[in-house]
Amino acid sequence: MDLRFNDEETAFRDEVRSFFKKSLPENIRRKMVEGKKIGKEDIVTWQRILNKKGWAVSHWATEWGGTGWSPVKQYIFLDEMQQAPAPSPLQFGVYMVGPVIIAFGNEAQKKKFLPRIANIDDWWCQGFSEPGSGSDLASLKTTAKRAGDHYVVNGQKTWTTLAQYADWIFCLVRTNPDSKKQEGISFLLIDMKTPGITVRPIQTIDGSREVNEVFFDDVKVPLENLVGEENKGWDYAKFLLGNERFGIARVGLSKERIRRLKELASIERVGDKPMIDDERFRTKIAAVEVELKALEMTQLRVVAAAKNGNSNKPDPASSILKIKGSEIQQTISELLFEVVGPYGLPYQPEQIEDDRVNEPPIGPDYAAPLAPTFFNWRKISIYGGSNEIQKNIIAKAILGL
Amino acid sequence: MDFELSEEQRLLQESVGRLLSDRYGFEQRTAYMKEPGGFSRALWKQYADLGILALPFAEEDGGIGGGPVDIMIVMEAMGRALVLEPYLATVVLAGGVLRHAGSKVLRAGLIPKIADGSLVLALAHSERQSRYDLADVATSAKKDGAGYVLDGAKGIVLHGDSADKLIVSARVSGKQRERDGIGLFLVDAKAKGVSIRGYQTIDGLRAAEVTLAGVKIGAEDVIGDPGKASPVIERVVDEAMAALSAEAVGAMTVMHEVTTDYLKTRKQFGVPIGNFQVLQHAAVDMLMATEQARSMAMLAAMMAAEPNAVERHKSVAAAKVQIGRSGRFVGKTATQLHGGIGMTMEYKVGHYFKRAMAIDVSFGDADHHLATLAKMGGLLAA
Ligand SMILES: Cc1cc2nc3c(=O)[nH]c(=O)nc-3n(C[C@H](O)[C@H](O)[C@H](O)COP(=O)(O)OP(=O)(O)OC[C@H]3O[C@@H](n4cnc5c(N)ncnc54)[C@H](O)[C@@H]3O)c2cc1C
Repeated sequence: MDLRFNDEETAFRDEVRSFFKKSLPENIRRKMVEGKKIGKEDIVTWQRILNKKGWAVSHWATEWGGTGWSPVKQYIFLDEMQQAPAPSPLQFGVYMVGPVIIAFGNEAQKKKFLPRIANIDDWWCQGFSEPGSGSDLASLKTTAKRAGDHYVVNGQKTWTTLAQYADWIFCLVRTNPDSKKQEGISFLLIDMKTPGITVRPIQTIDGSREVNEVFFDDVKVPLENLVGEENKGWDYAKFLLGNERFGIARVGLSKERIRRLKELASIERVGDKPMIDDERFRTKIAAVEVELKALEMTQLRVVAAAKNGNSNKPDPASSILKIKGSEIQQTISELLFEVVGPYGLPYQPEQIEDDRVNEPPIGPDYAAPLAPTFFNWRKISIYGGSNEIQKNIIAKAILGL
Repeated sequence: MDFELSEEQRLLQESVGRLLSDRYGFEQRTAYMKEPGGFSRALWKQYADLGILALPFAEEDGGIGGGPVDIMIVMEAMGRALVLEPYLATVVLAGGVLRHAGSKVLRAGLIPKIADGSLVLALAHSERQSRYDLADVATSAKKDGAGYVLDGAKGIVLHGDSADKLIVSARVSGKQRERDGIGLFLVDAKAKGVSIRGYQTIDGLRAAEVTLAGVKIGAEDVIGDPGKASPVIERVVDEAMAALSAEAVGAMTVMHEVTTDYLKTRKQFGVPIGNFQVLQHAAVDMLMATEQARSMAMLAAMMAAEPNAVERHKSVAAAKVQIGRSGRFVGKTATQLHGGIGMTMEYKVGHYFKRAMAIDVSFGDADHHLATLAKMGGLLAA
């Protein structure tokens, strides 16, 4: 056993680190550090910079623009990107639908969609959840009926993140109402400009607009937009959700947030001392650092196992990473709220939307995003399969149920 | 020992509860928030008619002569309804200062107006740097003839933007964090040199940053003994924390009720999600946290008027620890058990969660009071 990266890996880490340092636009980096709103433009700008470098879809098959990096290098890349701190390339395209199309799509779909995903020419969103089907996703009711050369889609999706920007949505739809619930589901790609689609915003408790309801009313979708086989969509969804969970661990992001926490704790004062010198508070930070280090080591073990090629068995590891990763992010967001004390109270949404500020902030200029982020990040233990559902998955695996 | 409410207190509980359940639906609350000052003036008038604005004041001052338990009853009901009106600011905080330190003239001039709903007050005590230290006052009060001149800035003044008058703490002598040397002054919100920047807080209530630049105070508006205000401030803040504890219990009770209802009605996998044992246990944990908080809110109410200031403060600090921890736990769990819907502005649980968090960071969070309590030797003598 050896914790150190080998020379090649170390050189690689230095290379990506200096690339991020050089290429991440300063205004985006600043917004990330300050916890301000990252807009559509920021994500597009950054992903195109990455794509130009050939790194936007580093984990994809090489023939579609992937880098062919080892799992360790992929890990280093993500870790460094999150610590930069840079925004993620658009999750829904790069980490969700892209890999599904590569694994299960046909040639025409690959040619049509993959390059546009890599360059974020299309904004994708995820149409899985429905009002009646959250944890029990397989009970979904949105239907797609064949009519000549197309499907007719009817129903409703909800919690659809950033659908307000979307050009395309990937959906789970019911194509066979008569079979067992998992066996009648298909994976469809739907152009958001198709007549019959309505998007309605849902405001989250922190006041931001990031989720939506999406309604489908006799929406015509060409048969060629079916991914893989009809009624096999559940298998593809499980593949996608495994990737999603893995992505929620966000160890690099938590490292960066802890640095921010320490920075703010050394600015904020309790009496005549900086907060970081307060024994209790320092102990709380150290405790979350221990948790994070354990998670990082666990994640590295998973990565190392993948390097040795035994990554294909259904693995509850992604569920463990999701649960612990979400809990750690939530704890850090709580400490960041705590660090400003009563100045977490003023609600200043305009201060979070970087571009709209024309008044000086109330209290310290770093305070405004902290409480809203704490509330917003409660979502991390809910989405991507709630933490309760992850525990059910692990329990099934260990108890052989 | 007696945990029963008196007949009068039960009537109070019923009448406040009835008014708020009629007038404080979710949509109604959203509408009040958009009114000037961020609350309902019409309801404020109704509180006056009910007598709750006069509640803690002595009968000879035009009050009703109620005690901390009566305030607990009102605040718990207000917590259940997530009330926006400046009850804490006007009646408990500023009203508390007047009760404990106001001259006869000041009391006679102000309390009847508080009671009839025509006067909104705020206590401008904490400052940008003071965090939770009640003695940390940098705003200065310099002697000026028979009166004083105030200079400085006050922060997170609850309802400071709708108050007609502010009670401002300022230092007449001593160093910035010294307990001695603080005075309290009555300041008209429109007085020359006062500027007020109001804003909404994360829980939908209002607060303000107040700047004081050469604000002249007449001798008649000096409250109590200038330089000796700390015991008054500490007492009033203890009363406010007892009141907030009751409010938090009201909020937690609703979060628990709403969540258990949801567990019974929301179906996944063909059954109500309340069938899943992990959620049952989480709901039980919420209940236990709420009941422990309720017990401590009662302790705080029964100890708020305790003459021994050390014992009083220990009990109230202990209550605030429990309230802070329970409130966080109940809020997080309520949100989690609702799934996506709990994350939305359209649903009520998140608003209660935000209020519970705001209560925790008001006048010192759970960690702060835990440290204080530890420093004071805990609750039991060794
Ligand atoms: C901010 C946000 C963004 C999202 N973005 C997207 C998106 O882009 N696309 C998309 O498709 N979806 C998205 N989601 C939806 C998310 O995946 C669902 O919210 C999640 O799957 C939970 O479903 P639900 O909200 O219906 O809760 P429910 O399934 O109703 O769950 C309610 C509670 O019951 C628990 N529970 C349910 N079943 C069990 C069980 N068997 N055992 C124990 N406990 C159980 C849950 O853990 C939860 O605590 C998003 C959600 C949020 C909050």
